[in-house]
Amino acid sequence: MKTHKIPSPQTAEMGEDPLGERLGKPLTEEEELYKENILDHYRSPHNKGQLKKYTQTHSDLNPLCGDRITIYLQVSPNSPKILTDISFEGSGCAISQAAASLLTDNIKGKKVEEIRNLGPWDVFNLLGIRISHTRSKCALLSLKTIQHGLQGVK
Amino acid sequence: MDSNMQKKGSDNHLDVDFQQDFPSLNSVTYLDNSSTTQKPKVVLEAMNEYYTRYCANVHRGLYTQAEQATQAFEKAHQTVAQFIGAKAEEIIFTSGTTESINLLANSLGKNLLPGDEIVISIMEHHSNIVPWQQIAKEKKAQLKYLTLTDDYQLDLKQAKKIISKKTKIISLAQMSNVLGTINPVKELAALAHKVGALVVIDAAQSAPHIKIKVKELECDFLAFSGHKLCGPTGIGVLYGKKKMLDNLEPSKFGGGMIKEVELQDSTWANLPEKFEAGTPNIAGALGLAAAIKYLQIIGLNNIEKKEQELIKYALNKLKTVPGLKIIGSQNNKNRGAVISFTMKNAHPHDVAEILARENVAIRAGHHCAMPLHTSLKLEGTSRMSFYFYNTTDDIDTAIKALHKVNKIFQ
Repeated sequence: MKTHKIPSPQTAEMGEDPLGERLGKPLTEEEELYKENILDHYRSPHNKGQLKKYTQTHSDLNPLCGDRITIYLQVSPNSPKILTDISFEGSGCAISQAAASLLTDNIKGKKVEEIRNLGPWDVFNLLGIRISHTRSKCALLSLKTIQHGLQGVK
Repeated sequence: MDSNMQKKGSDNHLDVDFQQDFPSLNSVTYLDNSSTTQKPKVVLEAMNEYYTRYCANVHRGLYTQAEQATQAFEKAHQTVAQFIGAKAEEIIFTSGTTESINLLANSLGKNLLPGDEIVISIMEHHSNIVPWQQIAKEKKAQLKYLTLTDDYQLDLKQAKKIISKKTKIISLAQMSNVLGTINPVKELAALAHKVGALVVIDAAQSAPHIKIKVKELECDFLAFSGHKLCGPTGIGVLYGKKKMLDNLEPSKFGGGMIKEVELQDSTWANLPEKFEAGTPNIAGALGLAAAIKYLQIIGLNNIEKKEQELIKYALNKLKTVPGLKIIGSQNNKNRGAVISFTMKNAHPHDVAEILARENVAIRAGHHCAMPLHTSLKLEGTSRMSFYFYNTTDDIDTAIKALHKVNKIFQ
């Protein structure tokens, strides 16, 4: 499965668009929302289920569409803290499920500090599609839940 | 009156192109009428006329424009009153159904005692749940729910068991915003009155589609919104029997609602001003009155007939979409123009998104009815809802898009 490179936190602010000025332009074939990649992750999500051993867990929901997610995180005890394993459970639309699948794949093995600094565009880039304002809540639910879950990690 | 307007009142209700009255319908197949409806030119013109020709506050100034605004505002009360068979003083303008029900929950709630019961149903919109839930918590009263039969109707047997002498208030939707079910509110009002309970009808979904006569429904209060019947947003109605409103304490205080203000106490104005504190939504009220007049030219019975045809057509067409399950009665009888459904392989949000990309506007989610979806073990549904200006072509466009959903999510 091809994943995209996450841009540095400096370029990953909401409102910036590292993929070019896509908003307001008609969709190209490549920007089709339900690309095979998204649908693959929706049908067979990676890292789905409950971890046998985890140090952190957090749940959240998107009241707009009823998407629910629970994140399980295994963080290494020594400094620098590393996210050694991650999984999620939950249900929702293709965008929220694919985002959770892609994001959990991408951040596994990364430093906690690095994950804390991720922003909306990191997720949008992983998805590789144009996300409308309303759907951004679906796309960002997993990131929000993961970052909330990491709040307790000192 | 032009020929199109004359045609509107005739029996050939299906021949009329209503969409030409709605500038916003040019660019979209709009099937989200349970959320809000589009606005005809006459409504926009009525509001524009107020703002451009006689913009003044009501009940205050002595100059011409203030006189004109006051008269128009009072006439709007009369138009609404006549629309539901009430008296003008029984019509309170609010910001919408939600504010109307909040007003009732706060005012009626003052008299609740611990152990008293409020009865609503599992199919209610959040606006007819949360206000009661909160006042019940505060007063240590019980909130009880009527449940559904397998055919998505209120279970009247269970209702007879639940409604008891402890019941003080019953508040029910006349029509479900998810299932489309039209509830037998008259029968339930009779049950409620037998035990001395007050009856509140949430007519947000029904008022746009069904002819309402409050006397026939025998309700004590009834609430609806302007924007769901071609009126502007931010204006709604609370009807209350005069006797009830006379005895009810206001819950909003300020200018316009008082008779006399002393340093430590005040007395209240007559109805309906007693419940209309502050400068009202004047343009909204005038827009609502214009919307009601527009609907009356078409005729509520013609609207109902046209919608029945649309529901029947849509139910038949939807049955041809593989994997689609209708959440609500499959029968077009006793059912309003809203159809919720699920699709086997696609989440409601994805369904709505794909339709949106085909320029078809529907809604997805729990439609402000989480307890209903939870009770049906559904995360959400997709919903299409019609109004008289929709056509069978609109339904065909939506059905085509639903087949595209299946193609993507096969």
